Formats: sequence, C-alpha cells, structure tokens
Amino acid sequence: MPFGNTHNQLKLNYSSDQEFPDLSKHNNHMAKILTPEMYASLRDKETPSGFTVDDVIQTGVDNPGHPFIMTVGCVAGDEETYEVFKELLDPVIEDRHGGYKPSDKHKTDINPENLQGGDDLDPNYVLSSRVRTGRSVRGFCLPPHCSRGERRAIEDLSIQSLDILDGDLKGTYYALKNMTDDEQQQLIDDHFLFDKPVSPLLLASGMARDWPDGRGIWHNDNKTFLVWVNEEDHLRVISMQKGGNMKEVFNRFCTGLTKIESLFKDRGHEFMWNEHLGYVLTCPSNLGTGLRAGVHVKIPNVSKHEQFGEVLKRLRLQKRGTGGVDTAAVGGVFDISNADRLGFSEVELVQMVVDGVRLLVDMEKRLEAGQAIDDLMPEQK
Amino acid sequence: MATQFTRMLAGRNTAVMLASLGAGTLATGYLFSDSTAAAERRMLYPPSADFPDLRKHNNCMAASLTPAIYARLRDKATPSSWTLDQCIQTGVDNPGHPFIKTVGMVAGDEETYEVFSEIFDPVIKDRHHGYDPRTMKHPTDLDSSKITSGVFDERYVLSSRVRTGRSIRGLSLPPACSRAERREVERVAVMALSGLQGDLAGRYYSLGEMTEREQQQLIDEHFLFDKPVSPLLTSAGMARDWPDARGIWHNNQKNFLIWINEEDHTRIISMEKGGNMKRVFERFCRGLKQVEQLIQERGWEFMWNERLGYILTCPSNLGTGLRAGVHVRLPNLSKDPRFSKILENLRLQKRGTGGVDTAATGDTFDISNNDRLGKSEVELVQLVVDGVNYLIDCEKRLERGQDIKIPSPIAQFRR
Repeated sequence: MPFGNTHNQLKLNYSSDQEFPDLSKHNNHMAKILTPEMYASLRDKETPSGFTVDDVIQTGVDNPGHPFIMTVGCVAGDEETYEVFKELLDPVIEDRHGGYKPSDKHKTDINPENLQGGDDLDPNYVLSSRVRTGRSVRGFCLPPHCSRGERRAIEDLSIQSLDILDGDLKGTYYALKNMTDDEQQQLIDDHFLFDKPVSPLLLASGMARDWPDGRGIWHNDNKTFLVWVNEEDHLRVISMQKGGNMKEVFNRFCTGLTKIESLFKDRGHEFMWNEHLGYVLTCPSNLGTGLRAGVHVKIPNVSKHEQFGEVLKRLRLQKRGTGGVDTAAVGGVFDISNADRLGFSEVELVQMVVDGVRLLVDMEKRLEAGQAIDDLMPEQK
Repeated sequence: MATQFTRMLAGRNTAVMLASLGAGTLATGYLFSDSTAAAERRMLYPPSADFPDLRKHNNCMAASLTPAIYARLRDKATPSSWTLDQCIQTGVDNPGHPFIKTVGMVAGDEETYEVFSEIFDPVIKDRHHGYDPRTMKHPTDLDSSKITSGVFDERYVLSSRVRTGRSIRGLSLPPACSRAERREVERVAVMALSGLQGDLAGRYYSLGEMTEREQQQLIDEHFLFDKPVSPLLTSAGMARDWPDARGIWHNNQKNFLIWINEEDHTRIISMEKGGNMKRVFERFCRGLKQVEQLIQERGWEFMWNERLGYILTCPSNLGTGLRAGVHVRLPNLSKDPRFSKILENLRLQKRGTGGVDTAATGDTFDISNNDRLGKSEVELVQLVVDGVNYLIDCEKRLERGQDIKIPSPIAQFRR
C-alpha cells in the first residue's frame, strides 16, 4: 500500500504546473526526461493497483544525484507501471539502456553451455566471481508499493519453493526478523546479506517500509547460491564463489534459476516477463536480464592508468567499490561488471565480463612488468 | 459554520475552497470503493494478512493498535483518501527510540483525527497522561500578562524559548501533502508574515535558495531545522521533495522565527539568550495573534477544535502544541539521584541541547514542559517558570551543601 501522497485526492485540484517538481538541481534520467507536458498528461493516471506518476518519480525528486553513478530516478510499483507510464519510462529506458527502442525485442538465453571459456581467470588477481539477477512474481505489487500481506505472500511462496531444492543447491532460509545480530553481521561480512536500508535511493521510494517484515535470505549449504527475498526486488538470485571460475558460477546460476522458476510455476505463479522488456523488475535499470556479472579484481596499476575509464567503456564494463553500488574502491581492488542489462542476453553479458576481465588482468601484468599496454587497447564492443 | 464559510469564499481560490468543504463533514470514504479490483483485493488480503508485526515495538501506536481495530479501520479513508496504513507507517518502521517513547503515528489531514478516532483517541489518552478526547475540552489562553516570576537567574539559565505549531485549515499535513499544497502553505504563510511590523518585521529564507553558509549559520544559532535524517520523520513521508517549499522566516532581531513545512505547516518560535521567559512569551503571544489575524484577512484560518485544540501532524503536539523551555546549567542537581523524580513531579522533561534526538552534553540541559494538551498556554508556561525556578533553587542549595526536597506532584488536569 502507498505512502506519502499517492492517493491524495486534493492534488488534482491544483494545476499540473503547480504540482510539477523542481528539478533544476537534478541529474538523473528522470529529471532529464520529464517535462511539464509529460507530467500533465500522466498525473491523473494510475495503474490498477493505484500506483501514480508521483510514486514513480518520488525517489528521483528526493535524490538529485549520486556521487558515483547516474541514477534512474524512477521505480515501478507493479508490472503495469511500465505500460501506464510508458510516455515517461520508454525514453528513460532508451536513455539508460544505450538507445533501446520501444519496438525492440529482448532475447533471453540462460543456457550456460553457450558461454565460451570463463573457467580460467587468474585467481591471483580475480579474488571472487559473482552473477546476480532479479525476478518478480507476476500478480503482486513490487517493493515500493506492495502491502504487508503481499510481501508476506511472496516470502511464503519463496520459502515453499526454495525448500524443495536439493543436491548442491540444498539450503536454508533465514528470515531477517528472526536472525540474531551475530548471524546478520556474519552474512554481511561474507558479502551475502543485503544492506539494512540506509540508502536514500531505496528509502525515498518506499522499499524499506515495514522492515524487516517479510524479508530474508536463503542460501545453500555451500554458501555459493543465494536468494534475497523482498529487498529491492521480490527475488534477487545470486551465484558466487572465491576465485576466477566464472563458468562454474554461471552454470550454477542458470541451473538454480531454471529450477526456481519451475518450482514457482508448480505453485501457479510465473515471473514477470515480456518480449520487449525481458524480465520486469522494480528499477528500470534492471530490466531485460537484470543481470550483473562481476568480479572483485586487483588492478592497482590499470586502475590508475589514464585510459582506464576508456578501456572500461569500450569493454562495456563498469567499476564499483567492493562494498557495492554506493561505495568507492579500496586498495586497488575493484568490482568490475557488465554495464548493460537490456538488449543483450545473459550469455552475451557474461561473455563480455569474462573476456573483458581477462584483458584487464593481462594489462595489469604488463604494467606490473613496466611494459606498455597500447597494443592491448580494445575496440568498442 | 456560516462565518467560516463566508471567510473562505472571500479569500481563497476555488480549488482550495472545494477541498476545504470536506473538512468538518466527517465524511468517511473507502479506498477503491468503485472497483471490483478492490473487492478482490480485500478478499485476497483480509486485514489479518496486513496487520503489522508489532512484537518488538515500544511506541504508543503499538500499545493501542489491536487486530480488531485495524480490521475496522484498514479500508477507511479521509475525504482526501488518507489511510490508516499511512498513519501508522512511521510507528511500524520505528520500533522504539532510545530517549523517548514515540507516538508512532501521524495525521495526514484534519479529518484523520475523526475518521481514525478509534485508534487516535486511546493513543492521545496514553500520550497526554489521561486526557480523554471523548469527554474533555481543551483550554486556549494566550494572555501573557498573566505570567508571574518569569525572569530567571542568568547565572544558570542561558536561554529561553517557546515554540508551537499551527496548521492551515484546508491543506493536507506534511505526511500527505502534494507539492502544490505544500507550496500553497508556503505562499500563505510568507504572505502573512510579510505584514508583520516593528520588532516583528523580518524576512523569509527559502531553503532551496539559501546559501550553504547562511544555512550553517542558522543551524549553529539553533534557528534552523534539521535536514531530514531522523527516521521518524522520513518514514512518515514528511521529507518528500525536500527542500521544495521549505524555509525559515525570522525577524530582524532574530528572536521570532517561523519554520515552514518541516514537521508541521508552520512552527512558531520565540527565543532569546538569557532568562527573560516572560518577555519571550509576550512576544510569542503577540506574534501568534498577529499572524493569525493576517491569514484570516485573506480568508484562511488555523486548524482548531475544542476537543483537541490546535491540530498538528503528530498527536503529541495537539492542544497547545507548546514547548516552553530553557537551556539551564545544573551541574550539581543533574548528578543528584533525585533529579528525575523532581522533574517528573514538576511535569518537566529534559533533553540534550541539540534537541529531541540528542543527549545532554556537560551540565547544560534543555528543560521544558511535558504536557501539551489539557492545559492552556499560560498554564504551561507558568508551570515551566515555577519549575525552573525550583530547579535553580535546588542547584543553589546543593552548591551551599544544603539538602533539597522532592516537590509534590503537580495535578494533571483542571476538573
């Protein structure tokens, strides 16, 4: 259910101009695209569950900019948001996803056999490998908008399905509200658990309501396959392990995801997906594959090279600190992952990461030996 | 009702008048009442599915909200469609506060207190020490001439301050307001304040246009309100669109200030260094009355009724919405084990000098009245005056090595 002024009936008594947000100091995708005319045409619409354009943009209004990344500034409250507010979200998607048009189709490929190599990244440099994505359960509102009842229903469904997984995937669910402080800190230190909601990006969109009700983490006994329940999306699915064997990580990722999807279907629920947007998630930045494949890699020399940014750009990769999206790098260790989500399949994106990180490590070794890397400069992918 | 209506016709634009026709009619709407989607949703998710988990909670809302009350209120809405879930979100998200027992719910508009009275009345009674909104009436008295002994020993009292809040009838409160409504509050308030003269003449600083230096200066002088970081505030949606339509107005002498669109539509503050609480309160009353007159000239009025007094966002500020306090040095008394009991019997509360979410540093305390509702402004300020004088007397005695006494408890309400 909504927070803030979602259902405020009085606001329609004011003109669109009177309601239009002040975006003069803002630098996010929403602020670049939303015009007074667009706002006027969208402001009296709502999705069947009651999500409005003000709900979509609240996080972007409240958070003018982010120091490290250009944020989207909008969220979806349900699957229909992307239809009802397409006038705003289509250009946001196009801007964010490298020119992806409303008529484009997205391909899904989670067949791990299609990945070439990826089992040979040098573990002296590549400290860990990880692939994550998200999935939304069709028929429920998304985290910014869901009621407590819906959130709990998603949690129940997830527990029922995940409990059935076996073999290498067999594991346990830890509800956040029952976890001890020690368990919780351990999971955070292991890079398994999601943040307590302190990021203003999350808070402003209402995703942290009722915390920690209905939230939890499931992981297999080996701690290599994890599912986050009800954080920024209904489900976040993560495969990870130390070292550079991205192929193994991706294998497990695909196997696990496919199994989970079929278990949900057995219970009469499918994931939100369509052939234009691929998998539908809360943040428009995660549409398509919702996939972020990345490594923690030690590249103190490459990262100081003046061409570092350009190299990443050509490889279609992005850098983050090892604490995640809102952090800076420490000690020359970077989180390097694919920059794209939509318009490329899962296999294609992981391939880019595998090939790109291999190249970065080669460059690092050259620079360590005092050699140049000009001949290694990649073409724009 | 007739006078109120004609005043409304005289001053305001049609849109707001339409809105205010809802006020006072006690009409209770139902969310999504026109759709089958709504009925389906109610079947899929009965109130029990949505009832919050309050087992680890310690606030007034959690103490009073039962599944039965929730079930009766969940699908109701005020005329502007504000719901119970929105009222209680802050209390669900914030199980407890280290220093004070929080209320855990807020109002989105004036009608909230009627439509959801089944939960608000017991919370009000709990928070306001037994004041029963169903049977009692709240007295308003802003005649500052009645205050006696209102000048403190300045070797102990460093500063004196009185604050309250006022809401503008017909406009949604900060948790619920749209951007246009909030800007309307700003417009109405600033227009009225520009009519103040003499020692009250001043100017407005919009938060969005203030320089960072101006802003830091105002914070250091204890004039400006916090950037919204308190989760109590942010969970209730009061920080949306920050800093749009927020600002501070103060007179040239910097002893009369208005905060616009923080936790309430307006917060009015009179303060000065030193111990002349009487003068602070005199200016407070005079300024308040003039501001009220200035908005009435334009067809607006404050939210007020005789059951709850002045209507504000947080139920803890109903009635007078008044906090009269001093920063006072009590190095000996504060270490005495009887300090808390003395404060309790005097119906005073202590805070750190940074405000409600802070602890005291050193020996200087913020001492103010505990009560807001059921006693008038004059009664509360007199209570603070008498109480602080008593505390200073205790401090002096302890300095001299003399013993002190715990005073008898002050009565709660006039019968």
